[in-house]
Amino acid sequence: MATSQFTKKIPGTDGPEPALTPPDLDAAATAFLKKPKLGSGKTRKRDMPEGLWTKCPKCSELVFDKELDENLKVCPKCQHHFPIGARERINALVETCSFEEIDAGMLSVDILKFTGVASYASKLETYRKKSTQLKDAVITGIGKIGPHRAALGVMDFAFLGGSMGSVVGEKLTRLIEKATEAGLPLVIISTSGGARMYEGMFSLMQMAKTCAALAYHARAKLPYISVLTHPTTAGVMASYASVGDLIIAEPKAMIGFAGPRVIKDTTQAELPPGFQTAEFLTDRGLIDAIVPRLEMKEKLTDYISYMMAGK
Amino acid sequence: MKNVLDFEKPIYELQIKLDELKSHPEKHSIGIEFEEEIALIQRKIEETRKQIFTDLTPWQRVQLARHPKRPFALDYIKDAFTDFHELHGDRRFADDRAIVGGFAMIGQQRVMVIGTQKGRDTKENILRNFGSAHPEGYRKALRLMQMADKFGLPIVTLIDTAGAYPGIGAEERHIAEAIAVNLREMTLLEVPIVAVVIGEGGSGGALGIGVADRVLIMENAYYSVISPEGCAAILWKDRTAAPKAAEALRITAPDLLELGLVDGIIAEPLGGAHTDTQATAAALKDRILKEIETLSALSAEQRLKGRYDKFRAFGHFEETAATPVSA
Ligand SMILES: [Zn+2]
Repeated sequence: MATSQFTKKIPGTDGPEPALTPPDLDAAATAFLKKPKLGSGKTRKRDMPEGLWTKCPKCSELVFDKELDENLKVCPKCQHHFPIGARERINALVETCSFEEIDAGMLSVDILKFTGVASYASKLETYRKKSTQLKDAVITGIGKIGPHRAALGVMDFAFLGGSMGSVVGEKLTRLIEKATEAGLPLVIISTSGGARMYEGMFSLMQMAKTCAALAYHARAKLPYISVLTHPTTAGVMASYASVGDLIIAEPKAMIGFAGPRVIKDTTQAELPPGFQTAEFLTDRGLIDAIVPRLEMKEKLTDYISYMMAGK
Repeated sequence: MKNVLDFEKPIYELQIKLDELKSHPEKHSIGIEFEEEIALIQRKIEETRKQIFTDLTPWQRVQLARHPKRPFALDYIKDAFTDFHELHGDRRFADDRAIVGGFAMIGQQRVMVIGTQKGRDTKENILRNFGSAHPEGYRKALRLMQMADKFGLPIVTLIDTAGAYPGIGAEERHIAEAIAVNLREMTLLEVPIVAVVIGEGGSGGALGIGVADRVLIMENAYYSVISPEGCAAILWKDRTAAPKAAEALRITAPDLLELGLVDGIIAEPLGGAHTDTQATAAALKDRILKEIETLSALSAEQRLKGRYDKFRAFGHFEETAATPVSA
């Protein structure tokens, strides 16, 4: 059999295009889900034959899925960072059995009775069915990163493009408040197309809500590390993702406020090379450090050691 | 008809007829006295206006919010405030003319007033960037707000923007960060803050000066997470579905009040703010003064708590029992 039959096509480096608040949810999210998706690898794989390959969109090498999983979805040949699910990320960051999830049962509701081409209610249902591991676009909890107890929020792009509605805002706000109360450092790992338009202004207000909670966390002189992963844009970028004491990014992550298409249409200008990548924004002073996924745990541990040294 | 919306046309047509008749009394219709005909047309105008404006669709309100003749921030600063001393610049990079700000009096109250500012003509729109601010605008606003906090001046913000500017320079200088920092820092300002959406409340660009103790909205303004056109393009794959999106997003003043997302509506004259700018400015002034008075009676601590609790409460969700996955 030709290997091509076993080759999964993965959304590549050009990846889902972020749009102005909120994102092109349908396009972005289904681009991930239509094709065999790596983010939910573990559940899918059990009922698939062994020996699957994935073609790296960057270097075109074929990589064993098992190898890719063990490498935290980073191409061993060229270091391309594939999308990774929130659960896998948490597993890779915290000490074994140290993570206690909070608000695991919180669900979005269709408060506006939003009907477009498809209703929000049916969208939610579809996404909840698609992933047994995700009830919405963020997972929050307290766990140990190295020796440090920390409040950890991790977003997942696979759930409606990582869009932020009431649940994402509420779970993160509760996490931040908990961190402030307990004197814990806070780490939020973002990936999002922006605010979730199906919840209208309630989504926009999550920006103010999370930032308000962060104001008091900052006033308590507690560290907040914001980790930006591919892609982090629009309403999420214009709120909690942008106000970390440290802003860290994964290599090549697309990061910005408006989507490149919107900017092109508005300005009628050519976008500079590398525009809105982690590297571009590091050069322009936004990002403290670019940290490869495989070094993230170690780096976060080190950073927190410095930032909690005075406590 | 320049600067007249489609649904306003019947009124303007009658108005033209009335003006013509007034300047040429000899032309009045046969079988009816001149005065009688004038009164008839005037009555007809009132009836038509009532008919059109009593039950506006969300999309019609969006059009009114964007009306080229609608009063902008500086118009209100002229009509509802006195003694405006504009202050420029973010002390970092530039003075963004899409956001104006400075000391001003409202009634007998000294305040810091800040607003997003659109242009009235092409030349001014270039200067004002059509009311879409760059990072410098948000940083200037924060500088002025923090100064107001230092000197105990209440803050009034007037919001009228399609959104923060989606441009190369804006991204290079971190517009998202500028907005986010404002959201965080406005939470901690100890002085009273009153925000009024006077026209377009375009997403994060509006919220960037919108974290306040009281968030008010003009009757025909809108406040939305995304423009109706943007939402239509994404969900209906068709920008012309914007009227449907405007309805689905629940962005009008009455909708937002019903959803508890704004604290109050400032009434406009029948026909919209632009049909009587003085009366509209007077209503705005009264409401702002009343809110400042109420807020000034509270302690700084009470205001901060009130502001936090207000934004903290936004959101609807369901809590179910779920087995947390430990790792
Ligand atoms: Zn590769």
